[in-house]
Parts: sequence; C-alpha cells; structure tokens
Amino acid sequence: MKEIAFRVGGAAGDGVASTAETFARLCVRGGLWVHTYSSYQSVIRGGHCWTQVRAGSEPVLSQGEDPDVLIVLNQETADIHVPLVRDGGAIVYDEQLSKLDAHAVNPRVRRVALPMFRTAQDLGESMMKNVVALGASLALLDIPFEPMEKAIREVFGHKKPEIVEMNLKAGHTGYDAIASKGGSLGLGIPIAQGPGRMMMTGNEAMSLGALAGGCRFYAAYPMTPASAILHWMAANGPKHGIMVKQAEDELAVVNMAIGAAHAGARAMCATSGGGFSLMVEALGQAGMTETPLVAVLVQRTGPSTGLPTKTEQGDLNLALGAGQGDWPRAILAPRTASECFTAIVKALNLADVYQTPILVLSDLYLGEGNRTLDRDALDFNVPILRGFVADGNGDGKGYKRYRFTESGISPRAFPGMKGHQFTAATDEHMESGILISDVLAGVPPWVEERRKMMEKRMRKLEGLRSEMSLPELWGPPDADLTIVSWGSTSPTVREAIGRLSAEGHRVNSLEFSDIFPMRGAEIQEIFEPLKTTIMIEANYTGQFARLLRAETGCKADHLFTKYDGEPFWPREIVDRAIQVMKHGA
Amino acid sequence: MALELAQYKSETRPDWCPGCGDFAVLSSLTRALQVLQLPPWNVLLVSGIGCSSNIPGYLSTYGYHGLHGRAVPVATGAKLANPELTVIVAGGDGDGYGIGVGHFVHAMRRNLDLTYIVMNNEIYGLTTGQASPTSEKEHRTKSTPEGVIENPINPLALAIASGATFVARGFSGDVKTLTDVTVRAIKHKGFALVDVMSPCVTYNKVNTYDWFKKRVYVVDKEGHDPKDIHAAWARAIEWPNLERKRERVPTGVIYEANYPTYEELDPTLARHGPPAKQTKLVVENPDEVLREFY
Repeated sequence: MKEIAFRVGGAAGDGVASTAETFARLCVRGGLWVHTYSSYQSVIRGGHCWTQVRAGSEPVLSQGEDPDVLIVLNQETADIHVPLVRDGGAIVYDEQLSKLDAHAVNPRVRRVALPMFRTAQDLGESMMKNVVALGASLALLDIPFEPMEKAIREVFGHKKPEIVEMNLKAGHTGYDAIASKGGSLGLGIPIAQGPGRMMMTGNEAMSLGALAGGCRFYAAYPMTPASAILHWMAANGPKHGIMVKQAEDELAVVNMAIGAAHAGARAMCATSGGGFSLMVEALGQAGMTETPLVAVLVQRTGPSTGLPTKTEQGDLNLALGAGQGDWPRAILAPRTASECFTAIVKALNLADVYQTPILVLSDLYLGEGNRTLDRDALDFNVPILRGFVADGNGDGKGYKRYRFTESGISPRAFPGMKGHQFTAATDEHMESGILISDVLAGVPPWVEERRKMMEKRMRKLEGLRSEMSLPELWGPPDADLTIVSWGSTSPTVREAIGRLSAEGHRVNSLEFSDIFPMRGAEIQEIFEPLKTTIMIEANYTGQFARLLRAETGCKADHLFTKYDGEPFWPREIVDRAIQVMKHGA
Repeated sequence: MALELAQYKSETRPDWCPGCGDFAVLSSLTRALQVLQLPPWNVLLVSGIGCSSNIPGYLSTYGYHGLHGRAVPVATGAKLANPELTVIVAGGDGDGYGIGVGHFVHAMRRNLDLTYIVMNNEIYGLTTGQASPTSEKEHRTKSTPEGVIENPINPLALAIASGATFVARGFSGDVKTLTDVTVRAIKHKGFALVDVMSPCVTYNKVNTYDWFKKRVYVVDKEGHDPKDIHAAWARAIEWPNLERKRERVPTGVIYEANYPTYEELDPTLARHGPPAKQTKLVVENPDEVLREFY
C-alpha cells in the first residue's frame, strides 16, 4: 500500500480542522482511503490543536504514525511536531508565524518556508493562509490543483464571486511556489479520479443509521463528542419526518424520547458520559415500563468532566450498571463507521422488538474521526421491525399490556388505540399494569406476581442474547498470540497485526462489537483454544476484560490499558505484543 | 352516543387517605373529560411520583406513571409524537415545583398544548411529612423542625413569567370552580397550569381545608380580566409573596392568552405529520441523502 500522513497544527480558530478536512476530502475524491484524527482542546480560541490525515491506496485502519507533511500555523506546532516529520517529508511553515529550531529538524526533511500569512493578507483575508498551505501540500504530494479548485467553488460558491477568486489565488500561490522549492516530494501517492467513495465520521454514520432505521424522534443536549449527531439530525431530520429537539438537560432528553416512544415513535438520544449519567434513572424507567429506546453513549475521557476532547472506553461499567435493579438491556459497540450505521439500525429494531432500552457505545476517536466508506457499506434497504403490537380491537377490558409470555414480550398498545387503555408504571405492576407496589406488595399472591413479572422482563434478556453477534476472530487461526479488543480499538489492532505478520509473527485478533449480553458457551468455545491472549482497551481497570470474565469465565492472560486520553497508536500495540511474545509480560 | 361518567373511571380504588384533597381533583378531572366528551382512549394522563401521581390508575384513559419530577418531559415527548392526543400531566408540588421545576419552566416557555394539574399540598406526603417547595416560611416539618427559612415558590407568578398561556388555581374544597377551571384548561390551546390547593389531611396541619376556606375567593366574581397580564400578576402575588401576606388566596382563571403553540411551529409536524403516526419509515432516496459525504 502507498500511503502518506499529513498533519496540520495551530491554535483553535486557525482553521486547522477545516484545512485537514478539505485535504482529506480531496484525497478521497482522488481515490484514496483516509482516516483522520483530531487532537484539540476545550477552548474556542487559542490552545494547541492538530489534525492528522492518513491517506492510502488501500483501506487505512488507524491514524498511522508520524507525519510526512506538516503544516505549521503557530510556534507551538513547530516546537512539538517538527522533530516528528519522517524522512523524505516536508515542513511547510511561515517565518512570520513560527521559527524552526535548526537542530530539531531532521536533515532528510525538506523545509518549505512560505509567506502564507502575508500572501493571504495581501489578498484580503489572513485566514486564507491555510489555503496557501493546502495548495503547497498538494504540489508536494503530486495532487493536481483541479479538485481543490472544485472544492473551493463548492465551499464558497454561494458567497460573492470575489471570495472564490481570492481563495483560488491563495491556493495557486501555494501550489505554484513549490516548483521553485524543490518540486514534489515524489512519495508516489496514486491520485486519480476516484470511484466515488464517501467520507464521514462515526457520528454521521450513526445519524444515517437512525434515518435508515426509521427513527422518528431524536432529542439531545449538546455534549462533546456526541454533538455532531444532534447537528446532523437537526439539519436533516425534519426533511425526512424525524422530529429533532434540543432539550433543557439530559433528564428531559431521555424522558422526552421515552414519552415519544410510548406514543409510538421510534426514538433515540445520544450523549457522552456526563449526560448519560443523568439519563441513568430514566433508562431503568424504560426498562420497567417496557418502552423501546436507543441511547447512544459517545465516550470521552473521564472521570467527571475529565478531558472533554479526548477519547476513552471508560464508560462500559456505567452502561452495564445504569439504573437501579435488574432490567434487560443490550449494549452494542461498533468498531467502524459502517458498523456505527448498522448498529443503530439493529438497535432501533431490537428496542422495538424487545421493548427495552438498547445502548450503543462509541467514543470520540470513532465518533469524530473521518473514515472512507464505499457506498455499499451503507445499506438503506433494511427491515423495520416494530415488534408485538396489540390488534387494536380491545373492548376496554382485559387488555394485558404486560401479559406473561414465553419470550417475555407482551403486546404493545399506543395511546389513541381504542379499547387498549392501560397505565404504564415505574412501580411494579400486574399484567394489566395495575400497581402492586402500594397496597399489595408483600401480600402472598402478589409476592408471587412480582417474582413472575421480574422473570417475564428478564426473559427478554435471553432473547436479546440470541440476537448478539459473536466476536470476530480475524487473522490466522493458529496464532501464537491473540489480541482481544472491543469497539473502536479493533481496527488499530488489525493494523498492528499486519505489521507483526510482516515481521513473521503469528498474531490474530478477537473483536467484540455486540458486547452485552454475551453468548457465554459459544464465546468459551472460541476463546479456549487460543494460546496466549492480551486484552487491549482504553480505560484504567480493564472494564471489558472484567465483563468478559464475568460473563464467560474467559480470562485474558495479559491486559494492556491506556488512559492518557490519546487513542492507541499501532506501534504501541506492536511493541506490547512483541514484549508479551518475547518476555511473557 | 354520549360518553357516560362511568366510562372514565377505572376499577382501581384510590389509596389516598380519607379526606385527601386529591379525591376532589380526581372527580373534577373525570367530570371535565366527560363534559368535553373526550374519548378515554385518546387521552394520555402522565404523572410522576408522589401520592397524587397515582391518579392515572384511577381513570380509564391511557396513563403513564413515570419518575419523580419527570412527568412533564415524558408528556412533552408523547404530545410531540402524537399531537392528536389530549395529554394531561398531573402530580404534586414536590414533583413539579421541586425536583421537576426545570422541566416545568421549559415546558411553559415552549407553550406546548399540555394541561398540567398540580395537586399542591405544601408538604411531602408520601415520604411522611417533609418541607416542600411551597411550604410557607416558619412551617415546622420533619425536615425543618425549627421552621422553613426559604421562601415558597409562587407557581402562578412563575407560570406567568415563564410563558404559560393559561394559569389558574383551584381548591379541593370548591369542586365546582375546580371542574370549571379544569374544563377550560383542557380546552385551552397552549400550556395550561392548574395549581390546585389540595390539602394533605395527614401531614400538613397548617394549610388545612379550614385555613383555605377562610382565604380563598374566585377571581371571576371580582371582575378579574384574565387577559390583562398586569392584573393577573397582581392576583398571582396575593399569595404567597415575600411580604408574607396571606389573607386572600385567589382561585379561578388568573391568566389566559392566545399565542401559537409549540406544535404549530414545529417544522417536522408541518411537513410530515405526527412522528408516531408516520407509517412510511423507509428512506426513498438514500443517494440524495448521501450526496454531502462525497
């Protein structure tokens, strides 16, 4: 595979993210596969942020490693990133914005000084310095200018024609300057007219999944890194019949969604750990009233406010334990953007069929990073399962909303259906919905009734268990080492395994994407033949390792956790795998 | 064929204490639904937690008996998903003015077409007698043995200030006015608050039926114009207030105004109708949707 890593760094407000996104989109249009990772902070102006775009001729699984091309928009970027640029690469900088430490620069890296700021200012808008740098980057990487011209026209076309012309001039100035500064780097990236792939984040893929899956009510309160779902839904939902509401807090969000679901709309909400913590009581409510709901938890670094702009897989215990008492739930943890789409469709169907909350976990790394997708990865032709609904011919008596059934699934009725009136209660109730809690609790026949109602609800957990896909064992079956992972970490593990294989090691990957409830016996069968196992996850205590052991008895031999807020880099996994294979620890 | 009163009643007997003010609310609400001839299957009664929140089980309508303080957002979601339903929220002062007060304020500023009946007894009854957000200053309760030192919430003033378009008070000792107010509240297009002074005969030995009977009056009888927001404000702050004047407790419709409801302004409802009633859930033109990602 031919590949490059492009990195741009500056202060918040410098346009780092949009510059990187434009570059990534040009790569995708040129037939490459991209993976972006943004490191940013919880400020609107200032600070230090950078985005890496890794682009390759084949699917790229992670953010890669150090950059080939670095755009420096401020001094901090120079100080931190200049020493990292790889042999044969280039640093594009502006002497007016930053000074390079001559000792820090790798002699095999080209320094490209461009008066980006002045050029932009002379053209009338200093923010266009990024456009100058982007033009230069294209020339360095043999990417033709035409796609950039098209992109500029798309972005600014609705504004004044002068603005389009200014940006085109800025881009050309950067592009043309490279000819006199050593020309292209000759890294050999095969840019062509691409086959028309898409680029989107996990959050966007989830939004599309909600649309495809027939979601009709979406509520949220802004919270990084889940807000982009709200933004896409707000911009697009109403066109397609989805009602989208920003509520006063996550308590209102989840209760509104439950109210909408109770009335018959497929409902979803998304948040991060703090908001999810506020939703906890209501999730149990939906478990008790048997109301379908999809709740998405896009994890960031905890505890508490933690690092709001950093990634982690630390909220698994929160999702598993949300709500007092036991109630049936399923937890899905998509690994990729395309799985973000399918997981939401699946969650919406499971919620309606099992009449209980389904939780979907992703994280900042997957939710906010851009990935390349083939059109085939998003199949909108999906079944919409509404589950067991009453026939609508009730006589006003004898309807049992919570009828005891073998599956634990009882016939739903929606307010407005004649003759099926009932009260859904968070108190323990009879099959009819009438409360047991207040005057009947503890009275002999009702002790039995409570037990039976509890068992009825929990039978749905067994149904959900049968719906969970088994973990995927990827790579050679007779490997010496198996790396176990869940959710967004799995693709990076695959990349590490690719490198380990190239070095002659036999390593494979056991990847969980449907993570609760677990099909214990079958997972045991997969797990037991494995020689040596290492669990890799982004939290302090190894929350998934513990879940796996509790649910299946399978214990990973080694645990590699990370909790510094950064995603796993492939080299870290390679190093740890080699360490385990060589030294057994 | 006209719907009979019996058709609105359930077979479950209320478990409230004998003499509880909530019985009057139940009978007024049942009567109001019958007066309006609303089919019980088209009514959703949402409550939270507390003695009064048991009310959905005592009617034959659809009911949702949810969490403490969260009845209003559940009702909001249900009403938005299907505005063809008559959605009524009922609960206590702790539920609505204490733990759920944030939702109460936001629901009013939305002016959703909901009716909110608060059975206000100025005490926490189900938890056996602690101070509530409407307990008056100096009220001695289990949680305030030396007397409350906070000012009580004034629900009517809060409602007027927050954008409710129908604000009324009832009293369980005057079922006729309470029924009349409830009918008007349900008929009103927009957010309607009915604050009902509903004495707790077990735990509130201060604000009793007798206490109220000496103080309540019906504003209609004094020529009050509920369309006049300044007059409404003056009535609302007659009690409770910072001056701790407590001679007169106004009841009846305090404020009434006609502004667009939230449902009328919602873009999804305007284009596609109720989310709960849409049957076409398949996306017809996915490639159009995906265009922005290329």
